[in-house]
Parts: sequence; structure tokens; C-alpha cells
Amino acid sequence: MSVNPATAPLLSADGMPLKKSLGRALRRQKIRALMLIAPLLLFVFVAFIMPIVSMLFRSVENDIVADTLPQTVLELQSWDAELGELPPEVVYAALASDIKIAAKARKHTKVGLRLNYEQSGVASLFKKTARKAKKWDGDADAPFKEKLIEVHKSWGEIEIWQTLKVHSSNYTSGYFLNAIDMRKTVSGPEFQPEEKQVLILLFKRTLVMSLIIMGTCILLGYPVAWLLANLPARQANLLMILVLLPFWTSLLVRTSAWKVMLQQQGVINDLLVQLGLVADSARLVMINNETGTIVAMTHILLPFMILPMYSVMQTIPPTYLRAAKSLGATNWTAFWRVYFPQTVPGIGAGSILVFILAIGYYITPEIVGGSKGVFISNRIAYSILKSLNWGLGAALASILLVAVLVLYWTYDKIVGIDNVKLGG
Amino acid sequence: MAETKIDSNVFVQFDRVQKSYDGVSLVVKDLSLAMPRGEFLTMLGPSGSGKTTCLMMLAGFETATYGDIMLDGISINNIPPHKRGIGMVFQNYALFPHMTVAENLAFPLEVRKIPKTEREAKVKLALEMVQMGDFGGRRPAQLSGGQQQRVALARALVFEAELVLMDEPLGALDKQLREHMQFEIKRIANNLGITVVYVTHDQTEALTMSDRVAVFDDGRIQQLAPPDELYESPQNSFVAQFIGENNTLEGVVKEIVNGVALVQLDDGKLIDCNPVNVSKPGERTRVSIRPERVEFNKDRLQEGAHTLKAEVLEFIYMGDIFRTRLRVAGNDDFIVKTRNAPDQVRLEPGAQIDIGWLPSDCRALDA
Ligand SMILES: Nc1ncnc2c1ncn2[C@@H]1O[C@H](COP(=O)(O)OP(=O)(O)O)[C@@H](O)[C@H]1O
Ligand SMILES: [Mg+2]
Repeated sequence: MSVNPATAPLLSADGMPLKKSLGRALRRQKIRALMLIAPLLLFVFVAFIMPIVSMLFRSVENDIVADTLPQTVLELQSWDAELGELPPEVVYAALASDIKIAAKARKHTKVGLRLNYEQSGVASLFKKTARKAKKWDGDADAPFKEKLIEVHKSWGEIEIWQTLKVHSSNYTSGYFLNAIDMRKTVSGPEFQPEEKQVLILLFKRTLVMSLIIMGTCILLGYPVAWLLANLPARQANLLMILVLLPFWTSLLVRTSAWKVMLQQQGVINDLLVQLGLVADSARLVMINNETGTIVAMTHILLPFMILPMYSVMQTIPPTYLRAAKSLGATNWTAFWRVYFPQTVPGIGAGSILVFILAIGYYITPEIVGGSKGVFISNRIAYSILKSLNWGLGAALASILLVAVLVLYWTYDKIVGIDNVKLGG
Repeated sequence: MAETKIDSNVFVQFDRVQKSYDGVSLVVKDLSLAMPRGEFLTMLGPSGSGKTTCLMMLAGFETATYGDIMLDGISINNIPPHKRGIGMVFQNYALFPHMTVAENLAFPLEVRKIPKTEREAKVKLALEMVQMGDFGGRRPAQLSGGQQQRVALARALVFEAELVLMDEPLGALDKQLREHMQFEIKRIANNLGITVVYVTHDQTEALTMSDRVAVFDDGRIQQLAPPDELYESPQNSFVAQFIGENNTLEGVVKEIVNGVALVQLDDGKLIDCNPVNVSKPGERTRVSIRPERVEFNKDRLQEGAHTLKAEVLEFIYMGDIFRTRLRVAGNDDFIVKTRNAPDQVRLEPGAQIDIGWLPSDCRALDA
């Protein structure tokens, strides 16, 4: 070619600019790679991302009141809830009409249930009112104020109207406030009455007990990991099988086994009594409380602590300890100053893993935790399965998710996620 | 041992030391060795010959199966490693990765409870000694191999150990750096007057650095001698082969008279040799001749030299020297090295020549 090679763009063999043909080749590669992982991406999206997004959404969503009682909500807007006066006749009329329509569409129970979370008795109030309102006929039966109060005296009390107004918006912070033992009122957020405050306690307990479980896992797991990394291969393999054995047994079986072990007539108490360490009349209570949860969960999460520690320890050559000793360090100093710091990344990885698993654990606390040893996840399950308050469940779960993310972030800031090693 | 020779000059002593790891085979067989204070002794030998094991026994990380190891006249068999006060440089340096260079050096001083100001001064001095004064704040991972090597050396020296052990400390460095560090280590060791036991499998390293070299093979010291003696008067075939380049001719001893052995080579030729490792007629022997002691220029042949017929197989030009491969008495790998001098002959492959050497240069060793 006669073109000056220094200034002309480089061409590939078929005369296309090199950059373009390189880009094309790379794009083809990328698309092929993407197609290979497309099923996985789809799966992750459907099974992981969507549920989380929908959960986050449910924790603030509150369409049902505005959808079911549209006229009432509209009329309530011009009513001042804080003045202490009952709303005017137009509001009562709107409510009667709304409930009539809702009753026909069988939506009145749902809105009743929703408002029942905020003020008990609303569910039955709505049912009763709907039964009567179905028979009413538009303006002919006006005025509705007296009629409604006649149906149920609650309609003559200001609280129900305040609840209706406060919880009429399409999106609400109410669930989140509930999740931290507060509630929405006409005069802004307020703490729940003393006897209803349980959730913050549960959050605290979950956090503290997860930390304790993490701590016991570190204490028990470190020597085991050290043995794994330093025993001759054959013995180490056997030990490794023992460490992994729990993974091959059902979680339910293992947890139930602890119930047998720890109960007052159980193996451990029997042993202690026989050894004379504990009086027969004073058998230890180790199940259906915090102790039970901590013991059983430490056992279940221990492999998640041991494995990352082991994989880090495996990469530390024994010459470091020898070097330390040759420099005059005793066994303990050599361990503490030279070996231990190098295992910190493994401890970090194990701790994150165990802590995050523990903080969201459900089955084990449910079985062995009794009432004092349950976690926030048990409360979430209760909201979703028993009390059917999905909004509260979603709010609790969202807080848990954020808490874990915040902890992860703090850990990253302090220790550095790069310093965490799951494998050599 | 009760009857150990009390020699105030002996600093390190191995007395009939044996070592077995598995109870089946001996890795170190009956090793005895005495080192005066201030000596630079190198253990040289092929991989697996037990050098590291010896060093580890001296440092206290392995226990001798039998025998005594003594330091300054005291048996150290029952003294734990951290109380032996022996400096050690490991093959892969073993610098603590989570500490800076200065912290690494301060470590042995800290465990000895030396006050901070004194500690800092010593660390600074040690770093300057290995020309690493500016690197105290770095992590080992931020240093090149040669720099790590220097730091490891400084760390072994900073607590003023009298005895320093080094296990192939230069093994991971490239040739140029290795040569530079050999010189450096030797200089520092001389300046400080420390006793050094140095392990290597590189014979050049051993020859250039050491006061004495112990050649190891198969768990035994084959020869313990200063470098020149080792090269010029190898005591057996292994040492002759292992140290430097060597030509071997095989044959049978005919007679030994007045300190001269008459050897019949396998092709029937008779030559006179220096009987080093043979004692009686009829023994098979390997005759060893250094390539640079062989002469083919008739004018330069010295008085008393005898000659053999040879055929030139290959001529290799190597710059400073010429290396010629010959066939001599059935051996196709007979090498002759000649200096590249203006009057030097360049032999053509295929040429038939006469070669010769002094009988004293050709040593009859074990077969
Ligand atoms: N910890 C050990 N356990 C068992 N055998 C070992 C151990 N260390 C070394 N050996 C064996 O001892 C022999 C000598 O090893 P070593 O002293 O490391 O030789 P060198 O340093 O000369 O290469 C080798 O055959 C090696 O396999
Ligand atoms: Mg070795």
C-alpha cells in the first residue's frame, strides 16, 4: 500500500479499520457470554431481585384505603382531625356510599383488616356496617351521621375518623413506624404504649445474640481450623469430614436433637445431676430460652466459620512461625504477633458469614428459642403467616436488610472487604 | 559426650549427629563437624542431601536422633529455638507480611524487651548496613526480591547473634543480583566477625564466599576443605564431579609404587596417576583430570607429562576461553579448556592430536 502507515488508521486484513473490527469481535464474544448466563440472570431476577423489590414496595404501599373508600378519603381532606370535632354529614354520607359499593364488591373486609392493625375492633366494625349499609338506598336514607352511629357507636367517636384520615394516603410510613414500636397519629409519629413495645427489643436481641453466636463460633472454630490446616493430610481429611458432617444432616433433625440434649430431663442435665454438679431439684433450663438458641445456632453455623478460617490458615507457611522463634519469640508470642494477625482475614470472612446468617435465622430459634430466644425473623414470619400483616413483615424485613448492608459497609470501611479471604 | 576435645576455639560442633524422620532411613548419617568462631562455612550439596536438616537441627526446629550439637562448648540439644540466639535467613525470607520493614526488624528486639529508643537506633543501623535505610516504612510485599533479601539479612543480624544460619538465601534471585549479594553478605559477615553457616547447592557461590566448604551427599560430609583444596584435591569421585568441571577416565589399578599409581585405562593404555582414593592393585578406579590442566600444544607440555591420542569432536568458542570436546580412551565427553590467547590453536573437528598432562594433576579416585 502506498498510504503513509504512520498517519493512516490501521486496517485489518479485509480492509476494515482495525478498531471497528476489534470492537465487532469483542461484541460478538460478549453477546455469546451473555447468552450463556442468560438463564442464570433470568433466574436471579425472578427469584431474587423481584421478591426483594416487591417486599420493599409492600412495606410502604397503602392503596387499599384510598381505593376502597375514595369519596370518604376525599371528603376527609377538608376535615381538621386535631380539632376534636366529629366530621360533618358529607363525610358520613360518603362513607355510607363507599361501604355500600365495597360490600357489593366484597372488599370491605380487607380494608377493615388493614385498619384493624392500627386500631383494634375496626374489622368487626366494618363488617357490621357493611351488612347494614347494603340495604340503604342513596339519598333516601339521609342523613347518615345518626344512622351510622346507630349501627355502631364507634362512628360517633373521633378515634376511628382520625385513624381513617391518617392511614388514607397511597403510600405510608406507618409500617416502618410500627416496626420500630411507633405509630402514626394525627399529631405525628408517637411511641406505642409501653406494653406494645416489643420489636425494638427483638431487634436488639437479634443483634446481641448474633454477636454472641459469632463470638462462640470464633472461639470454637479457631482451634479446629488450626488443626485442619496443620494436621497431617490423612487426619486432616477425617477432621474435615467431621466438620462437614452437619451439612449432610437435616437442619430440623439437628435442631431437634438439641432439644433432646438440652431439656430438663435431657442428656446433659442427667449427666450433670449424676456427676453431682447440679442438684436434681435445680436442673438447668437450657432450652426454650436464649441459651438454647445460642447453643443450637453455634453448632449449626460453626462450619461457616471454620471453612474460611481454614482456607486462610492453609496458605500461611510454617516458616513464619519458625522465623519468629528463631528471632527469639516464645511459642505464644510467635502465635500472637505473627500467626494470628495473618489469620484475621479468615476470621473476618467467617464472622461476616456467620453474623449475616445468624441475624436472619428462623427455624432454629423457632424450635429451641421459646419466647425469650426468638429473633426478629420469627416475628416477620408471624406477621406474614399468622397476623397477615404483610406490610409490617415487609417493613421489618427491609430494616433487617438495611441493617445488614450498613454493617457490611462499616466492616468494609474498618477492615476492608479486600482483606477478607474466603479461599486461598 | 564426655571425651569431647575441649578446644576453646571451637564454636559450633556437631558430634556424631544422626537424623531420621521416619525411623527407617537416615537423612543425616554420622555427621561430625567443628567450626571456629568467625568462620564462614558453607554446606554444599545436591538437593535432598540433608543440608537443610542439619541447619534445622542447629536452629532447634528438628531434634537430632543421635549425637550432640554444641554451641560454645554447651550442648544445645535441649534448648528451645527461641533461646538459642541464632540468627536465621530463610530461603523465602519469611518476612512477616503484616509488619513494615522496620517492625520486622524491631520484632527480635521487642521480644528481648529492649527499650524503644535503643531499638529504633539499632533498627536504623541494621537497615543502613544493608543499604535499605529509606525503606523502613514499607511492607515486604512492596519490595523487590533483592530488597526483601537484604531486609531478611538485616533482621537476622539486628539482635547481634554471633551465629547466623542461611538456607539458600539467594536461591530466588537472578544471576547478577545473586553475585552482588554474595559479595555483600561476605563483606557484612567479615565486618561483624560473625560465624556463618551457609547452605547452597550452587558451587560457585560456595567457592567464592566460604572459608571452608562441606560437600554433602547422601547425608554425609564427603569433604570438608577450603575452596582451593576442594577444587584442586578432591578426595573422591563425587567431589571431583560436583565441584567444577571434570574429566573422568575409567580403568584398573595395576600397581602403586612410591606414591604413584599405574592405571590401565579401559582401552588398554597405561598412565601414571596420583593415588588419592585407591589402595591396592586390581581395584577399579576413576581417574580425574581438570579440563584446564590438559595440554595439546607439544611445546607447552611440561617435563614428565605423558601423552594420549585424542580425536577432536567439537570446538566451542566461548569468548574468554575455547572449549574443545575430544574422544579420549573411549570417552566422548573429554573436555579441554584453553585460554583465548593470540597464539592459541583452534582445533578442527576430526583432527587427531596428542594430549598430555602431569601425573600429579591426574587423580585416581574411587570407582
Ligand atoms: N520434615 C520432613 N519429614 C520427612 N522427611 C523430610 C523432612 N524434611 C526433609 N526430609 C527428607 O530428608 C531428606 C533431606 O532433606 P533436606 O535436608 O531438606 O535436604 P537439602 O536441604 O539438602 O535439599 C530428603 O530426602 C527429604 O525428603
Ligand atoms: Mg534445602
